[in-house]
Amino acid sequence: MNKPENVSHPTPDTGTKPATATRDALVSDWGTSSRRLRTVLLYLKRNPNLTVGLVLLAALAAVSLGGQLVLEPKFADPLANRPKLPPSWEHPLGTDSQGRSMLGVLIYGTFLTAKVGVIAGLIGVAIGAVLGFMAGFFRGWVDVVISTITDVLLTIPPLLVLVVVAANLATKLDTNQMALIIALLAWREPTRQIRSQVLIMREAGYLKTARLGGTSMMGIVFKELMPNLIPYLMASFVLAMATAMLASVGLEALGLGPQNEPTLGMSVYWAMFYGALLLGMWWWVLTPVLALVVLFVGLYLVSAGLDELANPRLRRRRQ
Amino acid sequence: MLRFLKRLFLMLLVIWLAASLNFLLPRLTDRNPIEEVIAASMGESGGTMEGIEEIVASYEARFGLDQPLWKQYLFSLWDSLRFDLGISISFFPERVSTLVLQALPWSIALIGTATAFAFAIGTALGALTVWPGAPRFLNVVVPVIMVLAAIPFYLIGLMLIFLFASQLNWLPTGGGYAPGTIPDNSFEFLAEVFVHSILPILSILLASIGIWALSMRGMMVTVQGEDYMTFAKARGLSGWRRFWRYAVRNAITPQVTTLVLALGNIVTGAVLVERIFGYPGIGNLLFQAILVIDYYLIYGCVYVLVLTIGLSLMILDLIYPLIDPRIRAAG
Repeated sequence: MNKPENVSHPTPDTGTKPATATRDALVSDWGTSSRRLRTVLLYLKRNPNLTVGLVLLAALAAVSLGGQLVLEPKFADPLANRPKLPPSWEHPLGTDSQGRSMLGVLIYGTFLTAKVGVIAGLIGVAIGAVLGFMAGFFRGWVDVVISTITDVLLTIPPLLVLVVVAANLATKLDTNQMALIIALLAWREPTRQIRSQVLIMREAGYLKTARLGGTSMMGIVFKELMPNLIPYLMASFVLAMATAMLASVGLEALGLGPQNEPTLGMSVYWAMFYGALLLGMWWWVLTPVLALVVLFVGLYLVSAGLDELANPRLRRRRQ
Repeated sequence: MLRFLKRLFLMLLVIWLAASLNFLLPRLTDRNPIEEVIAASMGESGGTMEGIEEIVASYEARFGLDQPLWKQYLFSLWDSLRFDLGISISFFPERVSTLVLQALPWSIALIGTATAFAFAIGTALGALTVWPGAPRFLNVVVPVIMVLAAIPFYLIGLMLIFLFASQLNWLPTGGGYAPGTIPDNSFEFLAEVFVHSILPILSILLASIGIWALSMRGMMVTVQGEDYMTFAKARGLSGWRRFWRYAVRNAITPQVTTLVLALGNIVTGAVLVERIFGYPGIGNLLFQAILVIDYYLIYGCVYVLVLTIGLSLMILDLIYPLIDPRIRAAG
C-alpha cells in the first residue's frame, strides 16, 4: 500500500513554491535537501489539516504494511483460528465467529480497501482529466455533450447504480474487478472540477500573454496549463479516492463485495449478519469500524489541506 | 423557468437511463434470475431439478422474455414509466411496487426528519462560528462536526448502537418498532416508533450537520465582507438584527444548492443506516432483496430512490425563486 506516500510527497513540494514567495523568503533556498525539508515542515506547520491527515494515513499504512511483514495472510482467512475469541495476547483484536483473526482483517482489509480506492481513483481522475480538459479547452458542442452527460450522472447516487451492476455480476468478484466497476462512475466529479479549473485558467493573464507571444497550442497545453493543473489533479485524486472507498465499503457492507477476500466492509457485513453486538463481540464490529473512521477522517483532512494549497484564497480568509 | 425546464429535461434523461440500464444489464450477464431462484428453492425444499426448463420457459413467457429484443426494450421502458416493476421473486405473490410503496413512507420520514434537523442545526452552527462575539466553545465543536461529516453514516450508526444500545442499554438496537407489536394509530405505537427512530436519526444527523455547517460558514465569510453589512453597522442596527436579517438571510440561499448536491449522498447514506438498524424502509428492503439476489426488487428499490431524488431536485428548483428574489427578478 503506497497510497499515502504517493499523495504526500509531491504535495508539500508543489505547495511550498507559493508559500516561499511570500512568508518564507529566507528559507526558500532549494539548494540543499535539509533546507528543502525545513521548508516542507514549515508549510506543514501552517496547514494543520494536511499534517494531521497525513499522520493518520501514515499510521494506518504503517499498521497495514508493517503488519504484513509479521502476520501471514492466512490469519485473515476463515477457520484459521479458534472462533469467537475475545482480545488476548495471542489474538490482540480477537477473532470473529468464522475464525478470522481481526488483527489480520485490520492489516489485510485496510490494504484491500486502500487498493480499491487507489485503482478506482486513478482511473477516475485519468478519465476525468481528459474529459474535463476537453470540455474546458475546446468549449462549444464538446463542452455541451460532456457537461450534460456528467450532470445527468451526477444526480444518480453512485452506490445505487453499483448495487444494480454488482447484483448482476455478484458471486465471483475480486477486489480488482470491483475497483473497475467503481471506476465506471468515479470520473464524474473529477471531470467537473478539472473543467471549471481549465475554464478559469483559459482567461488567466499568463495564458493570454503566452498566446500573444505566439506559443503553439501544444505549448500552451503542456507548458502553461498542465503544470498549473497538477495541484488540482492531486486534490481531485484524493477526493475521487475517498469517494471510491466510500462506494466500495458501502457495497461490501450490503453484502455485494468480494466474498473471498477479508475487506473491511465485508467484515462489517458479517458482523451485522451474525449480530456480533448482540453476542457481545464488540471487537468484531469496532475493529473494521474504527479503521474505516481513521481512513475516512484522514482522507478528509488531507483533501481539506490540499484544497487550501490549491486555493490560497482560503488561507487568507482564515486570518 | 429555464432552470426548471433544464432540470425537467435532465430528469427525463435520468429516468430513461435508469430504465435502459435495467433492461441492458441483466442481458449483458449470462445469469438467468428465474432459473437461479427456482433452482435455489427446489434445492431448499429437497425437490429434484426435473422439469425446471419448462417452469423457466413458462415464467419467461409470463415476463415476456421470449419476444424480440426491441419489443422487450420498448415494453420495459413503458413498464418502468408506469411503475410496473414486476413481481418480487423472494416475496413471491407480492408486486415490487406494493413492497416499495410500503417501505417508502418510513424512509421519507426518517430522511426528511433527519435532514430538516441537520439543516437547521448545521446552518445555525456554521453561521455562528464566524460571527464575531459567538460563544468560544463553537471553535471546538464545529471542526469536530465537520470531521464527523467525512465518516459514512452507517459507521457512526454502528458506534451509536455499540454505545447506547449494546453497552448502556438505553435504546433498542434496531427495527422500526418492537417485534410482535401490531402497527396501529395508538399513542403507544407512535411512541414506540419514536424511540426506535432516535438512533437512526441521530446517526444521519451527526454525519450530515457538518455538510451544512461547512457551506454556511463559507457563505457567511463572503457576506460579511459586503458593503451592506458595513452600512447596517453604521446605521446602528443591533447585532441580533444584523445577524438574522442581513447576514443569515443572504447567506442561506446557497444552502439550497448544497442540498441539491448532497441529496444523493444523504439518501445513499440513509439506505445503509436503515440496513444497520433493520429499519423497515427502502434501504432494508433493498438489503433483503440483495440477500437472495431478487433482481426485480433490487432494481425496483433503486429505481424508486433515483426517481425520488430527481423529483426532489425538481421541487427544489421550483421553490428556489421563492427564497431568492434575485432569481425571481431574473425570470
